[in-house]
Amino acid sequence: MEVAVIGVGITRFGEFWEKSYRELITHAGVNAIKDAKIEGDEVQSLYVGSMTPGVFIQQEHIGALVADNVGLSGIPATRVEAACASGGLALRQAYLAIKSGTADVVVAGGVEKMTDVSTEHATVALAGAGDQEWEAFHGATFPALYALMARRHMIEYGTKEEDLAQVAVKNHSNGTLNPNAQFQKAFTLEQVMNSTPVADPLKLLDCSPITDGAAAVILASKEKAKKLCENPVWITASSQATDTLALHDRKSLSQTRASTIAAKNAYESAKLGPNKIDFAEVHDCFTIAELMAIESLGFCELGKSGKFTQDGETSLKGSKPVNTSGGLKAKGHPVGATGIAQAVEATLQLRGEAGKRQVEGAHTGLTHNVGGSGATSVIHIFQKEVD
Amino acid sequence: MGEGLALHWRLKQPRYNLVGTECKACGEKYFPPRNICPQCRRKSQIQPFKFSGNGKIYSYTVVRAAPTGFEFQTPYAIAVIELDEGAKCTAQIVDSDPNKIKNGAKVKMVFRKIMADSESGIIRYGYKFKLA
Repeated sequence: MEVAVIGVGITRFGEFWEKSYRELITHAGVNAIKDAKIEGDEVQSLYVGSMTPGVFIQQEHIGALVADNVGLSGIPATRVEAACASGGLALRQAYLAIKSGTADVVVAGGVEKMTDVSTEHATVALAGAGDQEWEAFHGATFPALYALMARRHMIEYGTKEEDLAQVAVKNHSNGTLNPNAQFQKAFTLEQVMNSTPVADPLKLLDCSPITDGAAAVILASKEKAKKLCENPVWITASSQATDTLALHDRKSLSQTRASTIAAKNAYESAKLGPNKIDFAEVHDCFTIAELMAIESLGFCELGKSGKFTQDGETSLKGSKPVNTSGGLKAKGHPVGATGIAQAVEATLQLRGEAGKRQVEGAHTGLTHNVGGSGATSVIHIFQKEVD
Repeated sequence: MGEGLALHWRLKQPRYNLVGTECKACGEKYFPPRNICPQCRRKSQIQPFKFSGNGKIYSYTVVRAAPTGFEFQTPYAIAVIELDEGAKCTAQIVDSDPNKIKNGAKVKMVFRKIMADSESGIIRYGYKFKLA
């Protein structure tokens, strides 16, 4: 227990024509500093996750841009990229910076401004998270890659389209309780099932949206956290693993190997098992992704995620609440910000500040952030108290 | 994206002729081609290997919302193909009865236009598959 979250900040997620990239990350960063009740001078370095601002807003050199805009110019600032896992990876870099002893107060941020380009152009940009030469070249979109996984899951385990749809129903229901969510609107199973087909068997309401947004967390060493903060939340595990970039190079399309490895390592370092996780924020970029996530995290047996979801186990009142924030599905998915937004939700839950979506008695939470079709997986475990 | 001619030209063997690689050290065959064998790493003995183009569908989907450059092709089928020699690849399924595109269905490679960058841009060619 050497690293704590001492402050969190997030913007509303959505389509904000009036807000720029720098405005979003500044807002999230300043809110996190305010929440931590510290002065900017305390911050020794910053990491920011952003997937592809070069394509979305023709801007690179993001580390310096963010430090400049938040008034921290001078400190080391680094942009971290692992497609949709960029945020989770930025959190991990900040965690490692503290763990290594090189800094004791570090900011981890994440931001993406996705609505300055057309949907077709955004689809091209996101396809870069897969294999450009051997997948995107052939017109394989991201929904298509997840559809290929969904199809295998259906063949191998008998998972039904209704099981996928139930994930959307549950996450949209949670989204109605999150004032920062892009969609605060509930959908019925029938509405999800009847939504426009995107890449069979995935429909529009199986897919996470294109979103603008930013989030930031302030991490501190144990010593600093005890001095600066009354309600620290401890990061008791940080793990990261990889799989092949392209889906076709994997032995199995119905399991996500990187997440399985990262989960095993995270549980080992936190010295606990999946049964001790009170709630989780998982990477539901598509409904099938949440089903595969809860299997690789060990919340249910392999192939049983559909039933587990239909039985209500992952709902807010279930035995294992998943995506209380609404997930990427309803809260929105500004790719680089997502991993940090998950950490914000975990922190709010453990502080008992999650409002109407509060998980009662939450002591341990997990975040699971995935890049591409599963080639990067970043997992963090958060806990309320230190023994 | 993909304005550089050389970007596509240098991949013409795999894309036009389904030439992948084989590691002579362990016998594993790779498509798309690899520079080293992930199993043998620096002990790899990588050589070109031409796949027959026969395989079967491992998983498939129909894309209805397409990226730039593919807008006029929708709906189109994309599949992961298990090649007979033992590697998988991603490609479109064309010239086939959509109702017969199923997992396990036998397919063979065909040479097709993939897309054009623009009216005056590069026309990209490569492999697609059709039901055998």
